[in-house]
Amino acid sequence: MERSVNYGGNDLNLEATELRLGLPGSDEHEKQSYPSVRISNKRASPEVAEESSSLSNSNVSDARNGDQDSAPPAKAQVVGWPPIRSYRRNSFQQKKTEADGAGAGAGMYVKVSMDGAPYLRKVDLKVYKSYPMLLKALENLFKLTIGEYSEREGYNGSEFAPTYEDKDGDWMLVGDVPWDMFISTCKRLRIMKGLEAKGLGCL
Amino acid sequence: MNLKRKNPNPDPSSPDSDESTQLSSPFPDEVLERVLSLLNSRKDRNSVSLVCKDWYDAERWSRTHVFIGNCYSVSPEILTRRFPNIRSVTLKGKPRFSDFDLVPPKWGACVHSWLLVFATKYHFLEELRLKRMTVSDESLKFLALSFPNFKALSLLSCDGFSTDGLASITTHCKNLTELDIQENDIDDKSGKWLSCFPENFMSLEVLNFANLNSDVNFEALERLVSRCKSLRVLKVNENITLEQLQRLLVLAPHLREVGTGSLLQELTPHQHSELKSAFSNCKNLNILSGFTEVTSIFLPVLYPACTNLTFLNLSYAVLQSDELSNLLIHCPLLQRLWVLDSVEDEGLEAVGSNCPLLEELRVFPAADPHEDEIVHGNCPDFTHFRLCIMNPRQPDYQTVSGFLTDLTFEYIGKYAKNLETLSVAFAGSSDWGMECVLKGCPKLRKLEIRDCPFGNAALLSSFRKYESMRSLWMSGCKVTMNGCRLLAQEMPRLNVEVIKECGNDDCQADKLYVYRSVAGPRKDAPPFVLTL
Repeated sequence: MERSVNYGGNDLNLEATELRLGLPGSDEHEKQSYPSVRISNKRASPEVAEESSSLSNSNVSDARNGDQDSAPPAKAQVVGWPPIRSYRRNSFQQKKTEADGAGAGAGMYVKVSMDGAPYLRKVDLKVYKSYPMLLKALENLFKLTIGEYSEREGYNGSEFAPTYEDKDGDWMLVGDVPWDMFISTCKRLRIMKGLEAKGLGCL
Repeated sequence: MNLKRKNPNPDPSSPDSDESTQLSSPFPDEVLERVLSLLNSRKDRNSVSLVCKDWYDAERWSRTHVFIGNCYSVSPEILTRRFPNIRSVTLKGKPRFSDFDLVPPKWGACVHSWLLVFATKYHFLEELRLKRMTVSDESLKFLALSFPNFKALSLLSCDGFSTDGLASITTHCKNLTELDIQENDIDDKSGKWLSCFPENFMSLEVLNFANLNSDVNFEALERLVSRCKSLRVLKVNENITLEQLQRLLVLAPHLREVGTGSLLQELTPHQHSELKSAFSNCKNLNILSGFTEVTSIFLPVLYPACTNLTFLNLSYAVLQSDELSNLLIHCPLLQRLWVLDSVEDEGLEAVGSNCPLLEELRVFPAADPHEDEIVHGNCPDFTHFRLCIMNPRQPDYQTVSGFLTDLTFEYIGKYAKNLETLSVAFAGSSDWGMECVLKGCPKLRKLEIRDCPFGNAALLSSFRKYESMRSLWMSGCKVTMNGCRLLAQEMPRLNVEVIKECGNDDCQADKLYVYRSVAGPRKDAPPFVLTL
């Protein structure tokens, strides 16, 4: 059965017959957020979504031209991206809670930040049996040299000093306490750089 | 015990029979059937069935395996009427986006109604492979008891059952060769199902319980592996330690596919070398997977086993680039590699340097995007164009998303002439994008779209196209109920279904699922699925 009616929006003017809350005459194609503003309990807040999509529409060509003046948001999160199947997401999260909960048996992951680096890393302290192994791994991870540890002077030979936050919330120099005590008390690592690092060594 | 068909040759005195019987195949039907029975490809068989009525009949009697890409496109009655001798069925149910939680629970795709018909029509059914179907324990028990020759069960991304259902299978299926339970939403009560294999049971060839969490009885598993001499695939779960894995490998060095369990055990040097030796004795190893919580210390154990590896699945392994590089040096024959993006660019460069035969590379995102500390730099220029499965021998599949304009779709429509599946998210700027794809991709079978600004004009631009496709999914787009109703009106042989979620604007079609069907509208649709 052949029909010659054109179903393009213009001919049938479907928009005109639809009930909606927009102003009459508002253009359907003007830039709206399409991680939508519809009420749905599964979406992120519209502001976050709108931010990222307006970034895409108005700034994407700028970005491609190398124009970095438009300051992009540091974290443009869109719900549903990247597309991780819920099975995988659940299994990763399950591992995360297991790791956080159980110390023995599971890995002991702590975050590692380095001054000046744009993103953090994570290491499993259980894998390393001693300070030299850990420091070597950190050197590899961040492509730097940490230097020799000495009790008196901290880390000599480079501008970096590895520090950690202990259970009391204090920032300590890595290497002062026995290894086992260290891994049971270390909550996160931070590789300090420059003068701040030297300052620690002089205490 | 094939059912023999009656002589289909018409009465010689009937008007149109004279010429046709003289022109019909010069050899008996039984020979034609025998020849056709050697055809395995679905596409070839479909082509054969279109040649003439004789060939259609011969094909349908000789077909033993059937693939149904959408369980609602055909009914079990129609299926069993056309193909009387089926031994193996593959059934897929929910739309693919259900893996991303876009399909509400209790949507449908229940296997039970199929099993009821199969129990009478396919009494000698041997294999059942289900993907994204809802399967109950009752169904599994029914399956185990209704088919005396049943051999292979594969459940991928299914839901609705528990380990009790698995126990029915292992208890009653005396001829089982394959039990493959992957990534299902399963009520994991206990590992007792494994112990239900009878002590004289020896036929198992494939066992995959990698995604089950409950402990199985290791001694029972060990005995099972030692008596099943034809075992070629063994994928264990994370409760199996390295030491236990070593013992299993020693019992079954002929394995072709191995899925590792937990890799966290601290090994003594002696255990380490025993494990390495066990792996190196597996000369037939082609596929390795598992690797959750992998440590650098473990990886060298695998090196000798990787010589013949063709597929390496590291999609659950958080590896750094150097760990991957060191591993890949030992994998010269690798054809497929799945990794997490924790390996970074350097890791991928290592892939390029070490694996000249690589055909498929899949990179999975490692981090949960909602974790605060994972900041993807200050770069708005994400490369959101993700290509999956660019395998030269297989049809193309693409995933495209994130802030791309219609131009991309214009190019896809113009150049992607072999494209069969397209998955789109957060992309496109207007209806034109979708129209380009619908008009330009002649082989398009599945189109799934979420959160794109495509509306009625796009939907209705090529409505006849949908009859040549398996299905179309659109959610979070600008399609309205009126548009969908128009489509349903124009194309009565399509099922046009809208999933309504409460609280949303009544005129918007939140989630649209369109598919061709010879079975008519669904009889089992839940209240939130409206068939237009």
